[in-house]
Amino acid sequence: MRMTMLKKFLIAALFVPLAVLASEGVKLDRAPDRSTDQAALQNGAKLFVNNCLNCHGASFIRYNRLKDIGLTEQQIKDNLMFTAEKIGEPMGISMSRKDAKEFFGAWPPDLSLIARSRASESGSGADWLYTYLRGFYRDETRPTGWNNIAFPSVGMPHVLWELQGEQVMGAEHKLTLARPGKLSSKEFDDAVGDLVAFLVWMGEPQAQFRKQLGVAVLLFLGVFFIVAYAMKRAFWKDIH
Amino acid sequence: MSSTNFEKYKSDGSLAGNVLEWVDARFPLTANWKGHLSEYYAPKNFNFWYFFGSLALLVLVMQIVTGIFLVMHYKPDASLNAAGVPVAFASVEYIMRDVPWGWLIRYMHATGASAFFVVVYLHMFRAMLYGSYRKPRELLWIFGVFIYLCLMAEAFAGYLLPWGQMSFWGAQVILNLFSAIPFVGDDLALWIRGDYVIADATLNRMFAFHVIAIPLALIGLVAAHILALHEVGSNNPDGIEIKAKKDEKGIPLDGIPFHPYYTVKDIVGVVVFLMVFSIIVFFAPEMGGYFLEFNNFIPADPLVTPPHIAPVWYFTPFYSILRANTVNFFWIDAKLWGVIFMGLGVMILFFLPWLDRSPAKSIRYRGPIYKGALAVFVVAFVILGYLGMQAPTPAYTLVSQICTVIYFLFFLLMPWYTRIDKCKPEPERVTQ
Repeated sequence: MRMTMLKKFLIAALFVPLAVLASEGVKLDRAPDRSTDQAALQNGAKLFVNNCLNCHGASFIRYNRLKDIGLTEQQIKDNLMFTAEKIGEPMGISMSRKDAKEFFGAWPPDLSLIARSRASESGSGADWLYTYLRGFYRDETRPTGWNNIAFPSVGMPHVLWELQGEQVMGAEHKLTLARPGKLSSKEFDDAVGDLVAFLVWMGEPQAQFRKQLGVAVLLFLGVFFIVAYAMKRAFWKDIH
Repeated sequence: MSSTNFEKYKSDGSLAGNVLEWVDARFPLTANWKGHLSEYYAPKNFNFWYFFGSLALLVLVMQIVTGIFLVMHYKPDASLNAAGVPVAFASVEYIMRDVPWGWLIRYMHATGASAFFVVVYLHMFRAMLYGSYRKPRELLWIFGVFIYLCLMAEAFAGYLLPWGQMSFWGAQVILNLFSAIPFVGDDLALWIRGDYVIADATLNRMFAFHVIAIPLALIGLVAAHILALHEVGSNNPDGIEIKAKKDEKGIPLDGIPFHPYYTVKDIVGVVVFLMVFSIIVFFAPEMGGYFLEFNNFIPADPLVTPPHIAPVWYFTPFYSILRANTVNFFWIDAKLWGVIFMGLGVMILFFLPWLDRSPAKSIRYRGPIYKGALAVFVVAFVILGYLGMQAPTPAYTLVSQICTVIYFLFFLLMPWYTRIDKCKPEPERVTQ
């Protein structure tokens, strides 16, 4: 009896650190999952090329990889390929690191893996990006005139301000829309959702295929298990 | 099992038989097959815990095979490419994106590293449950601890290769530990790094260690581990020697040939393991940041220190022991105490066979004191592992200090508490 009490205490002790896990920073909004929605990914690619690419690169993504989200080579060449000559080239940028550092104070990071690197205990990389891209607000103390709730004192100005409008920091650390942009609040969230889906896709373009293959592999192993277990039973029937 | 005890193969006159006889006259093929497989007698009562030895061998083979393919495309080069990304980091992403099936090979290798530690920790825990390190298996255990040491060195060197932020800063923390050694520390750290900071020279030598030096040592040690096992024979969940009771042919009464009985049983274990492994590789290759840390998707930047540097989970118990030492004591710096205790934490495993004085080997027949001590030890080890991943706070540091003391007391008090423990009598023959 004393043993079981001891065991209970030990198991409880094991979970104490988990319970007091400290949360830090801003609470992240949940990004919509559009990883299988090709129209959303294509719209995200358009937003990415028009707004992000050329300060940020995506040097691990070749333009022809965009065929994976349902675009043809011609569509890519005509609509998206601004920074390269050949379709097999990566989405690089022409700005040098040195210039970038002078213009922004820091080198705008390559975005190929941004969704994977921004994941944390507080949420997925997609959640962070979704919060960040919608979290810019006016702050005259900053050199760019903008600040961000997810990334305080960020060097990047609010690139999407024409779409979102201008937010200001209100009472109780809540953002309010001071001047509306071209899109309604709902439309803007939707557009950012598409952009974030594309950034997530760039982090691991084969992710959907990986999961499909995983199902096939597990089905095979399931059959293999039945055969292996039957074989074991047959060999061991005389062992007592 | 000495190879001279087996008769040479005699041909039945067929072509295959003649070839086999020719080979067997020149090479101990039949002797090895029989000695290690078809006439190696293992106890018939192996349970769940006995899968992890063969699984460790499986993971070793998998790491070597996937590693060979990774080396074909990986470049140990810290210089920046045209896009401003370190070549080593970019080559890993090249494997992930442009090499056919490269993502699968890389995820298998990265998950395999964690899987290796999972199965090895469970394998070691099995030895502690059933006293498998006890006489006559002390040397077998010592080879095993050397394998564990090699595995830690291998994992550490391998983790630097992707050249991400955690690769770089983790290596910075660990290699700097050498500088805590008095008098020679700074020069030693410099010699190991090959530069004043972690740099291209460090990356290249870690590559050499990871793909050649340590794997060679590992394979040699694994061979020695298996030879030592087959010399003394396997322990079993009852912790009794099956060789004590033999039939008239000299075969242990409770022994069954490893092949086919345990080969077919281990295949079932392999399939179940591969199912769990595949779930991780295909559906959660990052394992929530535990197998692939999120920060490691950022290329190494010597100018940006991450706010929180945590090693991968399999090192965190010892990392906690390192950080638990916060007091300068006997004119010795707390950092050096940390290094000493972290080193002792691993080295003490070598002495386990002689620390244990219990009359019974298996936990089934040991008394309540050892059962309680082992349970407390496991809890302390897991808590140390958890705390090693967290940023330190005063409360966490106190808990890790308590757990560090428990960790060492488990070993240091073992000669005393195992002797006074009330053990049950061991059975004559194995039980199912």
